[in-house]
Amino acid sequence: MLLYALKRIVYVTPVALGVSIFCFLLVHLAPGDPLTAVMPIDATAAQQAEMRAAYGFDKPLPIQYGIWLWKVLQGDLGQSIASGRPVLSEVGRAVGNSLILASVATLIGFTFGTFFGFVAGYFRDSALDKIASSVSVLGVSVPHYWLGIVMVIIFSATLGWLPPTGAGPDGSGKWRPDMEHLRYIILPAVTMSVIPMGIISRTVRALVADILAQEFVQALRAKGLSEWGVFKHVVTNAAPTALAVMGLQLGYLLGGSILIETVFAWPGTGFLLNAAIFQRDLPLLQGTILVLAMFFVALNLIVDVLQTALDPRIQRG
Amino acid sequence: MSVLADTRVVVPEVKASRGYWASVGMRLIRDPVAMVALGVILLIVLAAILAPYVAPADPYRGSMLRRLRPIGFPGYPLGGDELGRDMLTRLIYGGRLSLFIGVMPVLLAFCIGSGIGVFAGYIGGRVNTIVMRVIDVFFAFPSVLLAIALSGALGAGVLNSIVSLTIVFVPQIARVAEAVTTQIRTRDYVEAARVSGANAFTIVRVHVLGNVLGPVFVYATSLISVSMILASGLSFLGLGVKPPEPEWGLMLNTLRTAIYTQPMVAALPGAMIFLTSISFNLFSDGLRSAMEVKQ
Repeated sequence: MLLYALKRIVYVTPVALGVSIFCFLLVHLAPGDPLTAVMPIDATAAQQAEMRAAYGFDKPLPIQYGIWLWKVLQGDLGQSIASGRPVLSEVGRAVGNSLILASVATLIGFTFGTFFGFVAGYFRDSALDKIASSVSVLGVSVPHYWLGIVMVIIFSATLGWLPPTGAGPDGSGKWRPDMEHLRYIILPAVTMSVIPMGIISRTVRALVADILAQEFVQALRAKGLSEWGVFKHVVTNAAPTALAVMGLQLGYLLGGSILIETVFAWPGTGFLLNAAIFQRDLPLLQGTILVLAMFFVALNLIVDVLQTALDPRIQRG
Repeated sequence: MSVLADTRVVVPEVKASRGYWASVGMRLIRDPVAMVALGVILLIVLAAILAPYVAPADPYRGSMLRRLRPIGFPGYPLGGDELGRDMLTRLIYGGRLSLFIGVMPVLLAFCIGSGIGVFAGYIGGRVNTIVMRVIDVFFAFPSVLLAIALSGALGAGVLNSIVSLTIVFVPQIARVAEAVTTQIRTRDYVEAARVSGANAFTIVRVHVLGNVLGPVFVYATSLISVSMILASGLSFLGLGVKPPEPEWGLMLNTLRTAIYTQPMVAALPGAMIFLTSISFNLFSDGLRSAMEVKQ
């Protein structure tokens, strides 16, 4: 088990390195110099050169990468060009909010997704299955940013039940677990949960149908086990894969939340990315994407190892 | 000797059985869901192409005095937008850019990705390992994040958003193409072709591509739905199409201010994205079962 975990870590290391190279190069993809956008128009050539040297943009690319990576490994993601604050503290604050939103959304999606999936898998080709399958197709086809707007139209603009934007009543950048803040998380979390709901229900439906068709289920029934007893066996067999899909979905939501966070003005990483893009704050853009991608890589690793621990039949070579 | 020479082998005439594509077509036609989805797609595509003839008004000319008209207002069958332009007209014209920026990346990624995948899969060995490891790096990013990171760095614009989305889909298609090619490469008929002296180019053209492109094509069609949502999403964020061009994602964004006054009108552009995306998804599902591709 430990050996398998170590093997996966060795396998993931080059991927993580590749991710860091990608994030480093991202800044250099941009037309012109990363500093062009923030440099005053009337800056003299000498002032520009001074600024460039200060940010290290005058050195060759591989050396710049080496220096950058060394700093990143020490937790220094550079400074935001727009605000002048360290990127790490800006990202850290936003990640917390995004993580809360994505976790709540995953939980809602998982609860309903497994429910629909089990119903559809148990009663294959029945009307219930058709309904559950339609829900999952709708979930993966709906533009979630539009769904967010529709939710705001219905529950805020028309019914006036829930607040349309923000994370709390005081416009604060921090979400807290109390009743007042809870009202603010409902709309974005429900909107976001639609995607994992569709994917999890699809997965669980296939899993359940697959397990029910196996001989051991027949044997259990022949032995005279109650339907509830059989159900427990099905759950135990479906759980590792379903939980793995849930874990991966959390990663997808965390990285893909920018559109929903923009619609609901949720003060998370997506919102931060949006600001970074439009202020052309490239260090902030780079840092946020690096943190999100590394989080996704780590999550993949954890899910992979946990899944193997729960179900030794699965081992990736 | 002469007996042998005289013996003619009489091959009984075989009636040409229905070809593979013909039977796929037959199965598709019998799938009502896929046919309705295809009908919706064709309708939207035709309307977009024939926009100047079908649309009732000018997509750019508005009137500040007649802005935000409700649905069904005389002269505005689907209402008017925030600048008083006819919504129906702009939704019809919007299909042009939305479909273009949604379908193009998948088309480009299909060509580039299957090229890379077949190459890596056929060559195998160390080259394959290197190519696939590079591709693994792209899988470390959720699609939405990768698309936004790339267009954010490249800057706004139609071309940049197509480039970013193509980069998002190339690794996904390459991975499928590589997996299928690796399977095909070790089949007996490929071995036989190699032993009989066919060169690599001929083997790839005749034996590999013929077997790989089908499953990869089905996979690519399933990406169109995602691509439509992402492409319009980029425009929604202000990273794709620029005003005043009609495009569904951008229209959804500019109409956000109207959700309190004309909520139905504000929701229309997104409904178009939804309709197109779900139609592509359902058609792709139908195509998959008609082609009997297992995934």
